[in-house]
Amino acid sequence: MLLIDCPFCGTRPETEFRCGGEAHIARPADPSALDDGAWAEHLFVRSNPRGLHAERWVHAHGCGRWFNAVRDTFTDRFVETYKAGEQPSHPIDDARA
Amino acid sequence: MLDRSLFARRDRPLGAAPTSNDRARVSPAPAGVRLSLRVRGAEGLSRLGLGLAINRMSAEGERFSARLGPNEWLLGAGEADLEALEAEIEAALGDRFHSVVDVSHRNVGLEISGPDAAAALNAGCPLDLGDAAFPAGSATRTLLGKAEIVLLRPTAEPLYRVECWRSFAPYVHAFLVEAARTA
Amino acid sequence: MAQPFRLPSGGRVDRATPIRFTFDGRTIEGFAGDTVASALLANGVHLVGRSFKYHRPRGILTHGSDEPSALLQVDRGPGKIDPNNRATVVEARNGLATTSLNRWPSLGFDVGAVNDLLSPVFVAGFYYKTFMWPRSFWDKVYEPVIRAAAGLGVAPQVPDADAYANRHAHCDVLVVGGGPAGLAAALAAAKTGKRVILADEQPEFGGSLLHETGASIDGQSAEAWRAAAIEELDGYESVTLLPRTTAFGYYNHNHVALTERVTDHRESPAKGAPRERLWQVRAAEVVLATGAHERPLVFADNDRPGVMLAESVRVFINRYGVAPGRRIVFVTSGASAYAAAADAKAAGLEVVMVDLRPERDCASEAADLRLMGVEVLTGQTVIGTKGRKRVAGLVVAPCANGTVGARRVIACDCVGMSGGWTPAVHLFSQSRGKLAYDEGRDAFLPGVSAQAERSAGAAAGVYDLASCLATGFAAGAEAAGATETRAFAASPTRIGFTPVRDLPTDADPAKVRAFVDFQNDVTAKDLKLAMREGFESIEHVKRYTTTGMATDQGKTSNMNALGIVSKALNRPLPAIGTTTFRPPYTPVTFGALVGPARDALFDPIRATPIHEWAAEHGAAFENVALWRRAWYFAKPGEDMHAAVVRECRAVREGVGLFDASTLGKIEVVGPDAAEFMNRMYVNPWTKLGVGRCRYGLMLKEDGYILDDGVVARMAEDRFHVTTTTGGAPRVMNHMEDYLQTEWPDLDVFLTSTTEQWAVIAVQGPKARDVIAPLVSGIDLSNEAFPHMSVREGAICGAPCRLFRVSFTGDLGYEINVPADYGRAVWEAVFAAGEPYGITPYGTETMHVLRAEKGYIIVGQETDGTVTPDDVGLAGMIAKAKKDFVGKRSLARPDVVASGRKQLVGLATETASLVLDEGAQIVADPNQPIPMKMLGHVTSSYFSANCGRSIALALVADGRALMGRTLHVTTPTGFAPATVCDPVFFDAEGGRIHA
Repeated sequence: MLLIDCPFCGTRPETEFRCGGEAHIARPADPSALDDGAWAEHLFVRSNPRGLHAERWVHAHGCGRWFNAVRDTFTDRFVETYKAGEQPSHPIDDARA
Repeated sequence: MLDRSLFARRDRPLGAAPTSNDRARVSPAPAGVRLSLRVRGAEGLSRLGLGLAINRMSAEGERFSARLGPNEWLLGAGEADLEALEAEIEAALGDRFHSVVDVSHRNVGLEISGPDAAAALNAGCPLDLGDAAFPAGSATRTLLGKAEIVLLRPTAEPLYRVECWRSFAPYVHAFLVEAARTA
Repeated sequence: MAQPFRLPSGGRVDRATPIRFTFDGRTIEGFAGDTVASALLANGVHLVGRSFKYHRPRGILTHGSDEPSALLQVDRGPGKIDPNNRATVVEARNGLATTSLNRWPSLGFDVGAVNDLLSPVFVAGFYYKTFMWPRSFWDKVYEPVIRAAAGLGVAPQVPDADAYANRHAHCDVLVVGGGPAGLAAALAAAKTGKRVILADEQPEFGGSLLHETGASIDGQSAEAWRAAAIEELDGYESVTLLPRTTAFGYYNHNHVALTERVTDHRESPAKGAPRERLWQVRAAEVVLATGAHERPLVFADNDRPGVMLAESVRVFINRYGVAPGRRIVFVTSGASAYAAAADAKAAGLEVVMVDLRPERDCASEAADLRLMGVEVLTGQTVIGTKGRKRVAGLVVAPCANGTVGARRVIACDCVGMSGGWTPAVHLFSQSRGKLAYDEGRDAFLPGVSAQAERSAGAAAGVYDLASCLATGFAAGAEAAGATETRAFAASPTRIGFTPVRDLPTDADPAKVRAFVDFQNDVTAKDLKLAMREGFESIEHVKRYTTTGMATDQGKTSNMNALGIVSKALNRPLPAIGTTTFRPPYTPVTFGALVGPARDALFDPIRATPIHEWAAEHGAAFENVALWRRAWYFAKPGEDMHAAVVRECRAVREGVGLFDASTLGKIEVVGPDAAEFMNRMYVNPWTKLGVGRCRYGLMLKEDGYILDDGVVARMAEDRFHVTTTTGGAPRVMNHMEDYLQTEWPDLDVFLTSTTEQWAVIAVQGPKARDVIAPLVSGIDLSNEAFPHMSVREGAICGAPCRLFRVSFTGDLGYEINVPADYGRAVWEAVFAAGEPYGITPYGTETMHVLRAEKGYIIVGQETDGTVTPDDVGLAGMIAKAKKDFVGKRSLARPDVVASGRKQLVGLATETASLVLDEGAQIVADPNQPIPMKMLGHVTSSYFSANCGRSIALALVADGRALMGRTLHVTTPTGFAPATVCDPVFFDAEGGRIHA
């Protein structure tokens, strides 16, 4: 069981959280302006890296807040967590931590 | 006018009998008022516990205020206190955007107390309930076994208040009774 | 004489407290403090089991949790039977009934022993090679036979009668292992005031100190030091001592799982005490002081009962006061066995020492032992053993440079063997730490840590007592954030060994069975065969030969197996690597893992405030998510069908009463509430008046239906949203997600009120008449309170939100009252309705009535791939809205393409035939297979009100097929059915506005 650092509540056990997939994929302001390919890309295509990955998490059984985390998908280590709307301090395009 | 004999009375989901145990005692809490208060940007306000840090609570008599998140408070009061509490909220927040929802019947309270109370809670609650990590005045939403609860520690006494949703109350109660027995 | 092999003095057993238990029906006497193994040995019982494959007689190999052979079924009473207990860890006490395993009809005479004679057949990979042909034998013959022969012990037949507890715990320093290193670590950590948990699998702390009776520490006896250390630790409020507690799993972020055996050792446990407690410890830092396991030597017939590990011989003598034999031959390739031999000699037993090393490599210890009058042979090899069910002699021969000299048989009744030591790095490896092979110690040692953890003492390859204490202390201090170190003065420890693999022999190699893995009956020959057949990866060798598997996970065998593989492949040991260590370290009961989560505590069972009333009135219940919902209310003599027919008629003709409390409810509050609703639902909300309701349809971003429900506008800035029962949490999460992450600028808050409100649906032509006398403050007239509106008032004096809505197609109300008033109001409505024949109904009738009206149920008519248009609800979509969740996807090519499945009704040609839900639909039942499927039945019932069966279905381009006859699969073939409008009852819809 992992420990996850909720930006509001501090370190809590994994069972209180749920993961919401890749972070920083903003819903387009005007979806009707996207062609079918671009919309399908937005809906279905995710990066799925081996290494650092920015993810959405929600402290479902805690403060209920959504936030973001950078996690290494290979080691399962959380590198950092930060509030929704903020940017990670780690460059997430790089490979492994 | 409806015959008063037909007036409905509150019917709580748990019996009132406490389960005694030398080391951990579990007892259903009486019915009361619970309001879910949501407000953003309450920094600087102090009434109603609005100045509390996240996961902290204050209590006085039957009144309590627990800050469960950045913009969420659980307010508690005695049954007769609803209107006064609502008036105080209006006075404190005025035109500031906020939401008050009555959840008095949604929430059911239990108390667990005694030297093994924390150990019994830890049968299903994964949090560190030690005095340093969860001191007097702590309050948080968390898990107890397979149920979500709000866990409140009003004082330094080994007395914890567990609030859960109504239909989870029999499970939470039975879980705590079993946990108190085997702690 | 009872306990003929009990030594006259010594040991930690309580000679004043005799105990009795049974072994295969025979009464065994022992003393409190004995294990089952030590008590058996005290009575001269060495034959305790038959081996897994060959049914060879097996004895007691070790004194601890690494025991591969002495496995017993332990019976502590009804519902308290466990197979595969290691005799070396089960504490002996009155009332235990123990039984040997894997023998029939008896341990002494075992028919399965014929397997031993057939051993040339049962080679490595036997199963893979033998049970291949003919194919028809696979499930008829091979599987039943293999299943009958496989496994050890008998599975219990009745539910476990014990209670099991669970505990989450946090500490600063978790010390695993309470031997000298662990005790020193705990002492160092405890001094800092940090929270310390010290766990050890033994009943007493001390580890090797419990049998190092001659050792001294800092000028005191080891025992005095041990007692003082425990007393000091016990004095700290911040220290938790957990004896009888095994750390079995090391997971992420220093999450360590331990099982505490609370009551098994007690004859009459405290009432209510759990049998075991699972500790889930989250430690800031972990010290692993898990010790080391002694290696057996690999020679022919080394599995003979009476052959055990040298250190175990010493433990039985020193700790339990038991002589495992009167004439003991020790055979060793290292120094530690000399301490065992010296102690055996001191206990008055006959001792011979056989050292595999040449004289020059063991001169010092050999000289010391000879001084005690013990014969020491050096430069030897072992050819085999004599005896059958008990060792009677050890056959040795001098051996130099591979040349085996003249054999000599040393008569004995016990052999103590030592092939060196293997640090117990299991937990370290589980923590994902990297192991590093150390050639000097011929062992994999903890290398780079992956977590906040450190190893100390023998677990780190440190065998000398003073160094164990010092490394333990330093590790404990460091784990607690201190820098203190301490030197300990301790009596010297005999350490060092020469690694040996299988011992040289001059015997016919075809006839030599030298066991590597005692539990799985894997011999050195099996390993070599596997390699000849091309299995070179150690992970493959393990799976092909089964070495290192089963309950002991190869604690005694792994290094010997690796060494033999390394030698056979002529590759250095580190190049072979080691197999992965996985939890659990030792077997864990299912009970401990399950904990309290059984029976009523398995899952929360959610019941509504009206549940008890329904139960009292004969309701059958069905599970909907975690809820129990009243399904139907059968009267005496009625079956479900009859009850549902009656309930359906009652609602259409009079009035029915339904508990809808489980519906999800969300209070949406804030100045931007309508805007938020506009974005979340397909429908328009801006113009919905206060006091009005609307059926809302919610999509996921992919355009498919997520949920639906009636939404009421309570105020300009307040909506009362309802969801499906099962969808409540999902919808709340979906809304919160968008609100927080996409539109944090909206001034809206969401609060779940599912359980704040009990919901009582009063449905049917007489509904208004029934509730009218109970309601105050609301004008119920059709004009003042039309269909799809909501009013706040009181019912029976309780505040209520009264909805005029209907999921039946008839006049109806849904009374929302605060939950604690639910039952009282329900009873009042029921009483008021009695003159009208009010009929409580359950979910089945609700389903039938809504299907008569063609109303969908999300999750029944929809399956996550269904759009609003597919179910004929495109009209709900607000055309003017530029955007809402899912809108863009409704224009995706595959969503607008023709051929999509559409909701239609199906009328079977045989009016009484009720189709199966899920049945497939085809146009022509005579077409060749595979047939073209047009769709499937989603709902199907017998409708008393329609006088026939009705069905809803999703059919490709179904709306264009009205009046066509299609064919639906049935258990016996196909049934013809006509495509029709999904509304079967009151197509004009007048009744709902009555």
